[in-house]
Amino acid sequence: MSTIAPQFRLSRFIASLFDLIFWVLLIFSLVGLPIVFIVLFYIKLPVINGQFMTPYLALTWMADPSRTLPIVKSFMHTTIFRVMAFPGFGFAALLAAATIFVERKFLAKIQLRVGPLYCGKIEGILQLMGDGFKLMSKEIIIPAKADKPIFWVGPLLFVGTAGAFVSLIPVAPGWVVANPNVGLLAVFAVIGFFPIIAVLTAWAANSKWTFIGGLRALHQMVAFEIPLILSLLGVVILSGSLNLSNIVESQEHFWWITFLPIGAIVFFITILAELERVPFDLPEAESEIVAGWLTEFSGMMYGLIQLGTYLKLYAFAGLFTVLFLGGWNGPMVWPPFPQDIITHGITIGPVTAKFPGLPLFDQDMLNGTLWFVIKTVGVILLILLPRGVFPRVRIDMILHTGWYKLIGLAFVNIFIALGLLYAGVLGPGGLLH
Amino acid sequence: MTTQLPPGMHIETVDEKIMTLNVGPQHPGSGHMRLIIKVDGDYIVSCDPDPGYVHRGEEKMAEYRNYIQNIPHLERPVIHDSSNILYPYCLSVEELLGIEVPERAKYIRVIAAELNRCIYILYWLAIYGIFMGHSTMFMWPAGDRELFIDLLEAMSGARVTHAYLVPGGVRNDLPSNFEERCLRQVEYFEKRLKEYEAVFYQNPLLKARTEGSGILSRTDAIRLGTTGSVLRASGVDFDVRKKEPYDVYENLDFQSIVMKEGDSYARSRVPYLEMFESCRIIKDALRKMPKSGSVRTKLKPNPKGGNDEVYRRIESGRGAIGYYIVSNNRPEPYRVKISVGSFRNLICMPYLLKGEKLGNMPAVYWGLNYWPVEADR
Repeated sequence: MSTIAPQFRLSRFIASLFDLIFWVLLIFSLVGLPIVFIVLFYIKLPVINGQFMTPYLALTWMADPSRTLPIVKSFMHTTIFRVMAFPGFGFAALLAAATIFVERKFLAKIQLRVGPLYCGKIEGILQLMGDGFKLMSKEIIIPAKADKPIFWVGPLLFVGTAGAFVSLIPVAPGWVVANPNVGLLAVFAVIGFFPIIAVLTAWAANSKWTFIGGLRALHQMVAFEIPLILSLLGVVILSGSLNLSNIVESQEHFWWITFLPIGAIVFFITILAELERVPFDLPEAESEIVAGWLTEFSGMMYGLIQLGTYLKLYAFAGLFTVLFLGGWNGPMVWPPFPQDIITHGITIGPVTAKFPGLPLFDQDMLNGTLWFVIKTVGVILLILLPRGVFPRVRIDMILHTGWYKLIGLAFVNIFIALGLLYAGVLGPGGLLH
Repeated sequence: MTTQLPPGMHIETVDEKIMTLNVGPQHPGSGHMRLIIKVDGDYIVSCDPDPGYVHRGEEKMAEYRNYIQNIPHLERPVIHDSSNILYPYCLSVEELLGIEVPERAKYIRVIAAELNRCIYILYWLAIYGIFMGHSTMFMWPAGDRELFIDLLEAMSGARVTHAYLVPGGVRNDLPSNFEERCLRQVEYFEKRLKEYEAVFYQNPLLKARTEGSGILSRTDAIRLGTTGSVLRASGVDFDVRKKEPYDVYENLDFQSIVMKEGDSYARSRVPYLEMFESCRIIKDALRKMPKSGSVRTKLKPNPKGGNDEVYRRIESGRGAIGYYIVSNNRPEPYRVKISVGSFRNLICMPYLLKGEKLGNMPAVYWGLNYWPVEADR
């Protein structure tokens, strides 16, 4: 299969290696080191052996490996790590990327196709990276008569709002970016931004198709926000809190879906509508209005919208898990960290190495994350499934569903919750609490 | 402010509530054509179809080629249904030149025509599925088309433009072992068709969306001159294969599919049910076909038609296709007029779309079984 290129010359290869090393060193010293210093400046550094770490002393991990783990551990408890990596943007983007890949393969299996196959060795696993590079390298075309500032800022606002939504989802005990006491109200507030962004960008593009698509998105999202909010009130009534972490803790013994299945179903349908997924993908109905409010986006602007869409998908699935499926609660399946590594260290032959700062993550957090990810992935798969089975509905049908049927069901759900509360079965001070 | 306009021109008066949409020719929801749609909110006020973007002058080209040279280019308007659009040409040329077709060739022509009808309807169904936003219904028929494309490739050597039917019979005999292979694939396909029913036609959302939209009454369907599946979906039992049987259709066992509703759902369902009948015809023809014999009557080199005219029509995937050929003692026809079902069904589109919702436009448009390239010829 693989043959050495006919023009191969070893001397040139070695020269290119030196070239590469030169550039790596140059970039590291000009960009990498300043970034490390800036980051270290903001981290609350630990005290090791009674010695307070300054940013310069922290760099001694290069000479003393035993200081590496405490510094890394302290970095993990900073806000910047939570926002950028876990449970904020990085974690969500990773799950979103996995979702895109899984969606394509899953849908292909339903439709008797193979899906992405060639990019990457295993089953086209690098297809998403290829698509990303393609979008980055494409030209961004802006319509001549567009309202340029609003048109430019639309995708950024969309991703920003989706990121704000992600930041409210608690993943494991204590692992959440923002934990306001009115967390659920904050979620409603963030969701309320999406139709505004859709209609603004649609209008700014100055095209008939985007205009119709934007109006459809506005109608649809407004029609479904009310049943969405109403369907979640049952959970608030039973758990007695608006804080998402407290809601998860209240489901330690049983999940709210067992008592409020109607609310869960209504919420799931509204998720589909808010995400503009099949069968509610009217704002992007290509056989009627080209691509709806996304028609004029090209290149990385479209890529940003897609990123925002999948972040939103993850956030909604996470919210469903948190509110109805017990969030991080689940039986302890993660093995505890071996104690003798902490006390005695690892012995390899004559050398015994001790690693201060272990374990990096505690057992509760890892177990909670595992259960949260399993449940969220399940919900995401359920959200993806209708795309293979359903056709698109019409705008009057969707409004009828939203305004009549779902609101009625949401009220039934609230009455069930109130009944359980007043009968003294559930809620603060209830029999099962 | 009276400006002097050239005679015959007038300034269009525009209502501020009305928005004009140009659906096509570059639009994922149009074919090679344009629909000028005026909408008031979500309701369509008027629809003005504007075909003609893919006119190729097939009829004029036919006047400069002799009867054999005309075969490959006359099938170009509908390459998915190439056997059916060549069928009436072969019938009328045979009548014009007085050629007798061997019995085996007649059966092979029927088999080829029915296989090609399935190919066309599957393609049509795939587009119908994606028009309704049902991506599975796009992928499944597009994949199952391969069964019939492979069969026709084995028969004719080409995957899409077969040029298999010629005046005097078919171009070449069936390959060996064709009967078993054809029977096996058709039986497998019948099982697949039942799955389409479950995933698409019994889907509650599809029914809610298409039932009762774009209703074409029985009298309107006759008055507007529609044909094919559109006519039969409105309750008119007219199938050329039954009413004016050509070749061996009167020996074969099948029914014509008629539905009474006349709405988009019925128009989407009639071609689907016709595929079952096509499978029945293929199996029956394979059973009754003479196992050996000639498949082509040799024509004289450069045959001349008499001073005569002839009209023959057949039932294609989109309705009746008729060829009217005038000859004046020359090797080339004097005039070839092709009457296609697509264009006749297009005429009723403005009537159906007036007052409909914009969301019903794809279902009504594609339910008319309209193929832009064929309509433009």
